[in-house]
Amino acid sequence: MSRPWITIDGNEAAAYTAFRTNEVIAIYPITPSSAMGELSDQWASEKKPNIWGTTPVVVEMQSEGGAAGAVHGSLQAGALTTTFTSSQGLLLMIPNMYKIAGELTSAVIHVAARSIAAQALSIFGDHQDVMSARSTGFAMLAANSVQEVMDMALIAQASTLEARVPFIHFFDGFRTSHEVAKVQALLDEDMRALLDEDLIIAHRQRALTPDRPVMRGTAQNPDVYFQARETVNPFYQAVPGIVQKYLDRLAERVGRKYQIFEYVGAPDAERIVIVMGSGAETVEETARHLEAQGEKIGVVKVRLYRPFAVDSFIKILPATVKAIAVLDRTKEPGCLGEPLYLDVVAALAETVAGGGCHLKSMPRVIGGRFGLSSKEFTPAMVAGVFNELKSPAPKNHFTIGIRDDVTHTSLDYDESFSIEPDDMVRALFYGLGSDGTVGANKNSVKIIAEETGNCAQGYFVYDSKKAGAVTISHLRFGPRPIRAPYLISSANFVACHQFVFLERYDVLKEAVEGATFLLNSPFGPDEVWNHLPRSLQQQMIDKKIRFFVIDAVDVARKSGMGGRINTIMQTCFFAVSGVLPRDEAIASIKSSIEKTYGKKGEAVVKKNFDAVDMTLANLHEVKLPVSATSSIELKPIVPLEAPDFVQQVTAPIYGGLGDSLPVSLLPVDGTYPTATTQWEKRNIAQEIPVWDPEWCIQCAKCALVCPHAAIRVKVYDPAALADAPPAFLSADWRGNEYKGMKITYQTAAEDCTGCGICVEVCPAKNKRETQFKALNMKPQQPLREQERTNYDFFLKVPDIDRRGIKVETIKGSQLLRPLFEYSGACSGCGETPYLKLVSQLFGDRALVANATGCSSIYGGNLPTTPWAQDQDGRGPAWSNSLFEDCAEFGLGFRLCIDKLNEQACELVQKMSSQIGDDLVTAILNADQTDETGIYDQRERVAALKDKLAAINTFEARRLLSIADYLTRKSVWSIGGDGWAYDIGFGGLDQVMASGRNVNILVLDTEVYSNTGGQASKATPRGAVAKFAAGGKPTGKKDLGLIAMTYGTVYVAQVAMGANDTQVVKAFIEAERYEGPSIIIAYSHCIAHGIDMSKGMDCQKRAVQCGHWPLYRFNPDLKAKGQNPLSLDYHEPKIPVSEYAYNETRYKMLTKSDPEAAAFLMQQAQKDAVERWRYYSALASNVYASGENGSSQ
Amino acid sequence: MDLSTTFMGIKLKSPLVPSAAGPLSKEIGMMRSLEDAGASAIVMYSLFEEQIRHEAAELDHYLDRSTYAHAEALTYFPDLGQYNLGPDEYLNHLSKAKEALDIPVIGSLNGVSVGGWTDYATKIEQAGADGLEINLYFIPANPELSGLDVEQLYVDVLTEIKKAVKIPVTMKLSPYFSSLYSMARKLEQAGANGLTLFNRFYQPDIDLEELTVKPHLLLSSNYEMRLPLRWIAILYGNVKMSLAATSGITDGLSVLKMLMVGADVTMVCSEILRHGPHRLAEIETEVRQWMEEHEYESVDMMKGSISQKSCAEPAAFERANYMKTLQSFDRYRLA
Repeated sequence: MSRPWITIDGNEAAAYTAFRTNEVIAIYPITPSSAMGELSDQWASEKKPNIWGTTPVVVEMQSEGGAAGAVHGSLQAGALTTTFTSSQGLLLMIPNMYKIAGELTSAVIHVAARSIAAQALSIFGDHQDVMSARSTGFAMLAANSVQEVMDMALIAQASTLEARVPFIHFFDGFRTSHEVAKVQALLDEDMRALLDEDLIIAHRQRALTPDRPVMRGTAQNPDVYFQARETVNPFYQAVPGIVQKYLDRLAERVGRKYQIFEYVGAPDAERIVIVMGSGAETVEETARHLEAQGEKIGVVKVRLYRPFAVDSFIKILPATVKAIAVLDRTKEPGCLGEPLYLDVVAALAETVAGGGCHLKSMPRVIGGRFGLSSKEFTPAMVAGVFNELKSPAPKNHFTIGIRDDVTHTSLDYDESFSIEPDDMVRALFYGLGSDGTVGANKNSVKIIAEETGNCAQGYFVYDSKKAGAVTISHLRFGPRPIRAPYLISSANFVACHQFVFLERYDVLKEAVEGATFLLNSPFGPDEVWNHLPRSLQQQMIDKKIRFFVIDAVDVARKSGMGGRINTIMQTCFFAVSGVLPRDEAIASIKSSIEKTYGKKGEAVVKKNFDAVDMTLANLHEVKLPVSATSSIELKPIVPLEAPDFVQQVTAPIYGGLGDSLPVSLLPVDGTYPTATTQWEKRNIAQEIPVWDPEWCIQCAKCALVCPHAAIRVKVYDPAALADAPPAFLSADWRGNEYKGMKITYQTAAEDCTGCGICVEVCPAKNKRETQFKALNMKPQQPLREQERTNYDFFLKVPDIDRRGIKVETIKGSQLLRPLFEYSGACSGCGETPYLKLVSQLFGDRALVANATGCSSIYGGNLPTTPWAQDQDGRGPAWSNSLFEDCAEFGLGFRLCIDKLNEQACELVQKMSSQIGDDLVTAILNADQTDETGIYDQRERVAALKDKLAAINTFEARRLLSIADYLTRKSVWSIGGDGWAYDIGFGGLDQVMASGRNVNILVLDTEVYSNTGGQASKATPRGAVAKFAAGGKPTGKKDLGLIAMTYGTVYVAQVAMGANDTQVVKAFIEAERYEGPSIIIAYSHCIAHGIDMSKGMDCQKRAVQCGHWPLYRFNPDLKAKGQNPLSLDYHEPKIPVSEYAYNETRYKMLTKSDPEAAAFLMQQAQKDAVERWRYYSALASNVYASGENGSSQ
Repeated sequence: MDLSTTFMGIKLKSPLVPSAAGPLSKEIGMMRSLEDAGASAIVMYSLFEEQIRHEAAELDHYLDRSTYAHAEALTYFPDLGQYNLGPDEYLNHLSKAKEALDIPVIGSLNGVSVGGWTDYATKIEQAGADGLEINLYFIPANPELSGLDVEQLYVDVLTEIKKAVKIPVTMKLSPYFSSLYSMARKLEQAGANGLTLFNRFYQPDIDLEELTVKPHLLLSSNYEMRLPLRWIAILYGNVKMSLAATSGITDGLSVLKMLMVGADVTMVCSEILRHGPHRLAEIETEVRQWMEEHEYESVDMMKGSISQKSCAEPAAFERANYMKTLQSFDRYRLA
């Protein structure tokens, strides 16, 4: 029977089997497992059938907890049901998992195993999540490679049906879930052959149905609970045998042999490593390599981890074994050893002590941790572990792959050890997120895997930024199966797709002698050499590099590809790497272009073809000179004036050297300094805005909308210009407040991302030449030095006193220093201008609770944070707890602040005789509703502290420690719509009901942006999103309206691009309101498929068509007899389609399903009209004041 | 009374044809209403060359942008499989229109360059169009381009299309040729089956508040029929191609005038946009009433009866007519 070879990643392999072998699938996005849900949803929308000829129902839930509930219910009602998850998502499923297992329900949960958020969140892979679920009663089956994922998904499904014990089928997040590999696909017949129809019928027979009524979920008492819990034992005892039976059946059909514990190595091995997951592949390959050199070693690969089959485990150990190292990809602080280690020790102890075992004596067993958060696990490390086992007193509870200079757990190893075979192509590609490098490389892997006899592997590393992100692609090709789940450290091909990377990265560090280096260079073959850094030149000479250049940007421009150089660089790779004969490669690329782009129209195919055809003529080999001649040296990663922590910790991380940081340099509790983006200077803008004071009307809209705080405004005394650099621009202040003073709008050229949103919103035209405005985009490179000097000077000009600023105006608000700056958010981000505004208005006294999502990533992903500090060292204190609990987390801040304030007031009162009545009265009665009030209170608190310092009493010391709480603090819970509308809604509702002064800011992009655009309940009707591939059929949830029903919550809905003054007003009112407030802020997003420079215009249209009402609901107005609701928008004046079809998320449906698009747009239009009618009716109600007149 | 006429060899029940405009042909319902109101054929809205190229490039850009740039968001949109882009959507619509209507449907291509057209013309033919209108919306703003170059562009495009299709092709022209008569001849030699006179270029306007150039659609008014009226009168009988009058056809009288100078069909747009499809029926009634009152039995009887060839004062369509107008103006002023 012929089985096709396909090139897919681990997630697709799992979804491939899961979709075909289930009837109901409940999903929720979480990295790195989201793709399994996305593919299932896509296949369901395409009406693909499962192996029984029917399309599974795929439903998105509000959280993983919700998904688990739905899975539990569907299973109880008799459907074959599954879900996919990772990390904290799995933890949210745990309560239901106990139930599902306790009720002996056949089910499989597929897990892309990921780190748990502890001292910090990490999206990368390890086994902390699955290990947290090991007590639930689920069986746990590990897959070590992409092929195994497909196979084990089926084994888990088959086994659970027979065993009745539910399964977690897991594989390593990213390393396996995202590795692209060539695998042999299972056929539907294979699946049908392993899934016993009688067992499926039995599953249905156990279902809850009124036709055969039974009950489950009883409450039991001390008399029987214990015994009932023990009833399941036989089922667990049977699991290993059942799993092995299906593994054997699979082997009979497809030829791939697996065992629940699999031993590979010398039959007389003395040293053994026991490991689970992708690391097992590395250990196996290394062990084979070492064994071939005569070492008596072996490896036990654990596949069925729970139930742990002691007999099967012991049986496979060679009798000769003397020392065992057990590797756990997890961390349990305070434990005696990690779980797999403890299991192995217990298994050996039980067996050996019991006697009758083939092992002569108890081997020495040590345990170690490796690979947390996808930390590299290489053959060199494996060799290091085997080496350690040789020691008479091997280190126990060790770590491998890091340098632990604190508790000295880490093992040393020889980093140069390598087992890469000579006949394998190992290629590294440095690309920019936006240049299409990864997409092209995935394509190359597919071409080579599917059109040659070669095996292929692709793995892709991304950085933490969303704008200007660097990607590194690791591709292997070779004649034999590739079992190398680790990054390439000895490359025989390196491509650098962006010339600027040479300033920042040592791109040839991994290159071996004689390697090929392909560079996209604006400089031709005759001049490129002189533009390379000296260290790179020397390295090229030393390593005898073959050097090729192409000006891919020029070819892209000429062939109509714009900024996408992917096809061009891919063609170059095939042309110079020799992986395929050149003509064959070109034909394959073209055929692949047809496949990939054909559905997007002939014009797109044509321009890609043109690019391929033009490439070879522009690709040149450069002969290396005999010596390095360049005077260009690599610059330090951060400026020398950066603080010590930034120099020692931040800079290495930023420079890609974070792996080298020892334990001692990292904070013990996840606490990091703020205001660190200022040291990055990423220089990613091609063009920057340049101010033209002659035409500027000083409206400050540019500064307000700048997503990166890269346009600043200052008003200052003309005397400050005395030392100004020659090119520094200024103008006279227009208006009365600061008459006689100067104003400057200054661009931070090195921090700007070049989005152009500022120029788009600039209302001032150059009257002599109307193509220009008061801000115009100009190339960054020629201006870089000049503007760096200007910006440095600008920052030194003192900020204007906050007390005199009219903060409620746009112009005034922008004179406040942004304390959220230069984030790594997408260029043109629609969220960050709101955060920046919060930081300007309240940042010096704000605590921010940030839900997980885009804002927590660009806000808190190492190496740097955009949350900054003012000249006095004050600024937002920020933390991310979880995705779901942000509102409650913020409430916790508030409860603490209120309590400490209360305590401080009590102590001030109590100590009034020592403090002085005047100061006490002033402190306790302070009006802190504006900047002057805050300033005065800070002065009083400073005076109080001076006095307290001189008083040596318990109360004085206690009051001194909490005196700052006498100054008003501003608490913000901030997150996206996925949090507020879906997973966090319950908590958000609770906080709104609490009456406490928590300000909730919902950055509503109407989609789960951070995880790649999955639909939320905020997604509007008719918009296409993942999990809503056919266009969202239902309307957007009206969160604001729900909030208003409390009557005691300040509610505002805002859109900066539509009414910026209303935004500022709403933020100030919300913060002043002495109770809960919620601001729902329209945030345009890259996931909308729009021109990001025109994001504010998109916002305007959303309001004009009535999709996004602007309003403020201020409960304080009720006491004045006024209607609390004021509408800040007008009756819709453009059709919804005029707004919607400006955005790809809506428009794409008109191209894929025009009838559905038309129907949904009609409904959306109705929604907008009805919304207007409803809101205008609410706003027109007349309120009467007084006890009996609170209603309309 | 016989209102029937023939346009590019296609027999039509009347000379009333809605011209190429989105609002008149983007929805099948509207097209049905026009058929019910008496339309004898419909010219579909134009498939724009730029639309084909731009739409595909735009979708490609936004679906691909920022993909594989961040570990958590490798893509932002689901893969919806095949997209109906550029010609696909248009062709599907044309096929549906053909199914839904009994009257002939004429496709329309609008573009500015040679190359790439052939395919679209063929596809329009395959989708069932009864004829094709080519609209070269071209402003010769390039100083290197001579009048002859511009004329050659029209001829080249037409030649390319005629090689590809068997259905009749009409060229929609602007009035801005140095020698329209000569141009008409060239097009006839290149195989044109008809001329549609004239294209109204949308002239830009200025937004003084925004200091921007803005497109501004002005619906045509009756006086604009004078220009095509003159040229149809001049061309009638001198070319074998069918002649379609468009611009300023606002009532039955304008239809009659156009027929009398030699138009085979009259294309109506602004008037329908102003009043709705039923206006077409009203215009037909006006035509019928006038013909009845003036004892005309058929359109054929009046067609070309006041063309330059047939009228009593041939010079009235040329320079002498200008003199006459001035004189009449002077008389008006003096009065």
